[in-house]
Amino acid sequence: MTHTPFPMRRRLVVIGNGMAGMRTVEELLARAPGRYDITVFGAEPHVNYNRIMLSPLLSGEKTFADIVINDRAWYTDNGITLHAGDPVVAIDRANRVVRSASGVEAPYECLLLATGSDPIIIPVPGHTLPGVITFRDVADVDAMLAAAARGGRAVVIGGGLLGLEAAVGLKARGMEVTVLHLAGHLMERQIDVSAGWLLAEDLKRRGLDVRLEADTAEIVGIDRVEGVRLKDDTMIAADVVVMAVGIRPNARLARDSGLAVNRGVVVDDLMATSDPAILAVGECVEHRGVCHGLVAPLWDMARVCADRLAGLDTSGYEPAATSTKLKVTGVDLFSAGDFQGGPDCEDIVFRDAGRGVYKRIVLRDGKLAGAVLYGDATDGAWYFQLLREGADVGALRDTLAFGQAYAGGAQANPSAAVAALPDTAEICGCNGVCKGTIVTAITTQGLTTLDEVKAHTKAAGSCGSCSGLVEHLLAHTLGEGYEAQAVKPVCGCTDHDHDSVRRLIAAKGLKSIPAVMQGLEWKTPDGCHTCRPALNYYLLAAWPGEYEDHAASRFINERVHANIQKDGTFSVIPRMWGGLTNPRELRAIADVAERYAIPTLKVTGGQRIDLLGVRKEDLPAVWADLNAAGMVSGHAYGKSLRTVKTCVGNEWCRFGTQASMEMGVQLERMTWGSWTPHKFKMAVSGCPRNCAEATIKDFGVVATDGGWDLHVGGNGGIHVRATDLLCKVTTAEEVIEYCGAFMQLYREEGRYLERTAPWLERVGLAHIQARVVDDAENRRLLFGRFMASQRHAQSDPWAERAAGKEAHEFTPIPITRQAAE
Amino acid sequence: MDQTLIWLDIGTLDDIPRQGSRVLHRDGGLVPIAVFRTVDDQVFALEDRCPHKGGPLSDGIVHGHRVTCPLHNWVIDLATGGATGPDEGCAGSIPVEVRRGRVVVALTPRSTGGGCHG
Ligand code: SRM
Ligand SMILES: Cc1cc2nc3c(=O)[nH]c(=O)nc-3n(C[C@H](O)[C@H](O)[C@H](O)COP(=O)(O)OP(=O)(O)OC[C@H]3O[C@@H](n4cnc5c(N)ncnc54)[C@H](O)[C@@H]3O)c2cc1C
Ligand code: SF4
Ligand code: FES
Repeated sequence: MTHTPFPMRRRLVVIGNGMAGMRTVEELLARAPGRYDITVFGAEPHVNYNRIMLSPLLSGEKTFADIVINDRAWYTDNGITLHAGDPVVAIDRANRVVRSASGVEAPYECLLLATGSDPIIIPVPGHTLPGVITFRDVADVDAMLAAAARGGRAVVIGGGLLGLEAAVGLKARGMEVTVLHLAGHLMERQIDVSAGWLLAEDLKRRGLDVRLEADTAEIVGIDRVEGVRLKDDTMIAADVVVMAVGIRPNARLARDSGLAVNRGVVVDDLMATSDPAILAVGECVEHRGVCHGLVAPLWDMARVCADRLAGLDTSGYEPAATSTKLKVTGVDLFSAGDFQGGPDCEDIVFRDAGRGVYKRIVLRDGKLAGAVLYGDATDGAWYFQLLREGADVGALRDTLAFGQAYAGGAQANPSAAVAALPDTAEICGCNGVCKGTIVTAITTQGLTTLDEVKAHTKAAGSCGSCSGLVEHLLAHTLGEGYEAQAVKPVCGCTDHDHDSVRRLIAAKGLKSIPAVMQGLEWKTPDGCHTCRPALNYYLLAAWPGEYEDHAASRFINERVHANIQKDGTFSVIPRMWGGLTNPRELRAIADVAERYAIPTLKVTGGQRIDLLGVRKEDLPAVWADLNAAGMVSGHAYGKSLRTVKTCVGNEWCRFGTQASMEMGVQLERMTWGSWTPHKFKMAVSGCPRNCAEATIKDFGVVATDGGWDLHVGGNGGIHVRATDLLCKVTTAEEVIEYCGAFMQLYREEGRYLERTAPWLERVGLAHIQARVVDDAENRRLLFGRFMASQRHAQSDPWAERAAGKEAHEFTPIPITRQAAE
Repeated sequence: MDQTLIWLDIGTLDDIPRQGSRVLHRDGGLVPIAVFRTVDDQVFALEDRCPHKGGPLSDGIVHGHRVTCPLHNWVIDLATGGATGPDEGCAGSIPVEVRRGRVVVALTPRSTGGGCHG
């Protein structure tokens, strides 16, 4: 092993690519860029991500990309060598070198241990069976998702913060979930009995089976988990068991290399271990006899550590009070400090049963010692501020429980309340960022969005629950210049954008419009004409066959299956498959037009015939007559498949290379009736002369000598867009499969009222090709999902209405009688 | 103006779809009446003619105590008949009540509906 005698730069090796380790590196780069050659070893095969956000990753409210803190580019840009998926197995302190599992040897002048914690596994019989999972990293979440995909039952052992977040996540993924908790109330380390009871009731209402004082005797199963037996002999069936009973500092390497270790790696106030060349931060350390399990203290450690590495003065690490929130959407819970009280303490309790609110404030010597808030945690930051300051709250005592709005004249308006906070008030508890820091960053660096504030100050960058406060600060600091939303909400009824609504519908298993509005906190009682049709579409697309279409949330055209005209009459366009018709159909159209005195017949731009000026009351009868001649709705009114235009093709044309009419009819038969984000049009041309104008269609097929060219993303309309070539195929079967797969991808990804052209420009052709062309398996799955939902879509809405469905739409209120007084 | 009200019994609450409406035709070339039922089961009645270009309000989407006209998306307040937001105009509003489960609308014999209230 060679040793460079005079290193140009000092070598820093970091073991652990987690939250504390990388935060230290970030802080170090900010203080002394280029001072070290940095090498990082991480046992996980990922870049540095936000572990706190594993809960929303599990429940589906976030994707992995959302929770990455530093991507690959960050490592490269800062010259950091990353060995991801390669744990360090030995530290040779005498020679100052570490060795990894794959055999990489990295010499150091300075070593940083940041190995975090290991989840505790209670060694009951059966604890090693496949199907027993912990909740610590992405691999655990993947294991849980795989289990949830198979459905069935989950048992979560441990009703603390992690256990409950796991339970709610698994429930959101569709599993039946039982929580077993040893103590008499949930989260007993963070909240008191009353709040614990309210929490248990809330969770039961959400369909979780919560069992207290439940002591696990055994995990049963032969080849894998089948259930859990309690000490009182109760059996609970389970396909997966999640153990979330606590964590233990991961101090193995330190112990093996002879460093001082108790429960964790022992460090002094300057984060040094018993070997001065080795520092340690994070959950793996023990400082003044205490090990930590929340990020706020780790950030303080990271700052001290970075000061030291940068050669700056530091005051050393001083433990501070911490606070806890449960990251379960819809559950408002906050706890800080000593909430149990005792003989020397005074309790202030406030309850509002109607709203399910419970607050308990604990005072000691006229100062705030702790707080538990349930059901309304908006004042959490304020109580935490009073607690950390050790402020004398005697004068506030009488109104303390009502919160900041009633204390000392601060206004109930949240913006004003934020304005009234002192500069030292902590806004972001996770990252310890106070108001002054944020305001200074906004004014000196010209920040205007929440994301910029996150990037510059870290505020709202971890659990995100202070985003609202940060937005208020932005609004207050910038005044008129601030525009709140970076994403465009669906409409004024919600702050969610289309993509997040879609994701949450799937993730939370929301299956009706009222459920979406409740679950996603809609601001209006029943939405508006913009959001309701969008929600109706998203629900149809997410739960085919299960979700029942909500007529009152559709535009009149889709409600009555005809197009409204400027005088309130309607137009009717029957389907003409591939633009083909026959004498029987033409005769029926002629008869109908005469029978109902329909004023205008017109050949449309979509190769079929429009009957214009039909009275609403006549629609069912008109349809009955058209049905009798074998015609069905052409969906000329729908966000759905419209027409498949064809040219004559090789059936007649002297240039034709393939049977374009037959192909068009086949495609239309397969796709008619499908609902899509916006209208969807197709065309098939029999040769590259392209008489069917296939290159301005959503899906256009152009026959060639050797097969078919498939084109996508074309559009007429105001902004004409010619298609992009998706790919070339040879057989008719391929045309069919690619068409269904492409349409399904659009159905799953397109935003409501976004046609394929803008969708394609948003996601990129390569994105679509990767899923539909390059990945045969995915194409097959997309096609399968398309055909599965078509089974529920292909019934003629005209026939249904001619038979009496939704009759109230077409029949006026009958001539009425005078009311009895 | 003739103030005598004639109350017409037009059926039960369930005859009108929730978040929807029904049309009541009138003799003598009078504009039809649109009877709306909101998500909270309140009932409102307006002349079925949008103050913009005469669109049939009964074909609109009902949300809150409002209806969006199907032709150009004006949003009309059901209680007053007035256009909301930047638009101006008013669809005549007609008294309507639910009495013992029956919906009754009031008509003055020859009126074309009330003006804009509130
Ligand atoms: C009837 C028809 C015109 C005709 O007589 O030929 C027609 C009529 C209307 N078109 Fe069209 N379009 C008709 C073919 C087209 C075509 C040509 C085509 O399909 O090959 C285009 C250009 C191709 C395209 O869509 O890319 C076309 C581009 C539009 C657009 C612009 C779409 C866009 O993405 O930019 C609108 C506006 C919209 O949808 O928001 C529109 C909207 C309309 C509406 C629905 C306007 C409305 O909201 O009331 C018209 C309804 C009239 C009615 O009651 O029937 N119509 N419209 C055609 C019906 C075809 C059919 O058989 O179903
Ligand atoms: C689901 C979940 C939810 C949470 N929610 C919250 C919350 O709401 N609020 C809060 O404050 N805290 C929360 N926490 C706790 C928080 O995530 C931790 O306090 C924090 O991640 C600890 O940081 P760390 O760097 O010490 O450890 P980690 O982030 O675990 O990083 C340690 C890394 O070191 C790696 N490693 C271990 N041994 C080796 C080796 N020999 N070689 C190389 N690499 C190694 C590990 O694989 C790991 O990636 C939550 C934790 C979980 C799991
Ligand atoms: S081009 Fe304009 S006027 Fe003609 S049908 Fe289409 S939307 Fe109506
Ligand atoms: S006619 Fe009602 S909005 Fe134009």
